[in-house]
Amino acid sequence: MVMAAAESQFHVLAVDDSIIDRTLIERLLKTSSYQVTTVDSGSKALEFLGLCENNETNPNTPCVSPSNHQEVEVNLVITDYCMPGMTGYDLLKKIKESTSLRNIPVVIMSSENVPSRINRCLEEGAEEFFLKPVRLSDLNRLKPHMKKTKLKDQKQETEEKVENSEIQQPDSESHSQTQQQSVQQGTTNNKRKSIEQGLSSPETDRTRPRYSTGIATVV
Amino acid sequence: MEVGQMRRQWVDYIKSLFTEEFLDGQFLQLQQLQDENNPEFVVEVVSLFFEDSERILKDLSFSLDQQSVDFKKVDAHVHQFKGSSASIGAQRVKNSCIAFRNFCEEQNIDACLRCLQQVKQEYFLVKNKLENLLRLEQQIVAAGGSIPMMELSF
Repeated sequence: MVMAAAESQFHVLAVDDSIIDRTLIERLLKTSSYQVTTVDSGSKALEFLGLCENNETNPNTPCVSPSNHQEVEVNLVITDYCMPGMTGYDLLKKIKESTSLRNIPVVIMSSENVPSRINRCLEEGAEEFFLKPVRLSDLNRLKPHMKKTKLKDQKQETEEKVENSEIQQPDSESHSQTQQQSVQQGTTNNKRKSIEQGLSSPETDRTRPRYSTGIATVV
Repeated sequence: MEVGQMRRQWVDYIKSLFTEEFLDGQFLQLQQLQDENNPEFVVEVVSLFFEDSERILKDLSFSLDQQSVDFKKVDAHVHQFKGSSASIGAQRVKNSCIAFRNFCEEQNIDACLRCLQQVKQEYFLVKNKLENLLRLEQQIVAAGGSIPMMELSF
């Protein structure tokens, strides 16, 4: 019960042009206690994520509608590969090219077991490749990716708490000890996080310059 | 007919659909996704499959009836049909679609037309079987029984 409650926080955006497969993936995800939004095309997915497509000349500066983007938090995108118009591969590339979206894990589904296709998607940054029809057992492979996204958020909170405790409790007797523990926890987490993110997203490090020296000492 | 008898009839019927390869394990996946919160899930997906299939069959007949046949288009329709039949576990329809796609690649119009007839035949066969199965399920539920999923051991 507790597990289910905790996991219901994860929000998955499922993209498939087939209504049968949308119904199926929605049920699979809901059975696994995820919150689900389904759309029938890649462009609708980008719209939902708050990424407009009118800036094709410079993909590095996407037009993001901030209000829309902050309202809906998406923890993972799962998309069909073969769709008319924008394919799942195109959608993956757009997400990974976008500075605001590239940290969202993307999983590709396809009915065809084509190794070159699978490799192309994984090279472009897809976390997993599911053969269709997707089964309940496949969904276990989503969990680690969700946890990663969620942990990042939690770490940010922890670090913020550390900052607060430093400022607000300067007179506490056990202060230095707790602080040290928190900071250590913060740095360890941060270390793991940098390893996770180091390859794909250098810009996230800019938001956490606080522990950059801490990382060096721990390492 | 008492519930126990209907349940036995359901088990025998669905087992025959598996041994005759009308359905595969994917259909059991659908059954497993149905619970008290979603008692209509299988009926919902099967109805979507019927609607989708009949639209695709119409599109296929139309595409193959053209003066110059666009085989890429035909292949796209068959690909869709293969996907939806795989998602529902309609194994024989799916297998017919696989054979069909090979002839699309060869651009063999006669073979494609034969495949269309075969896919149609397999579709209407499995449609009939699924309707019988779902009717039995409705009778079991209406009589206050539950679907004996546990007795399906494959």
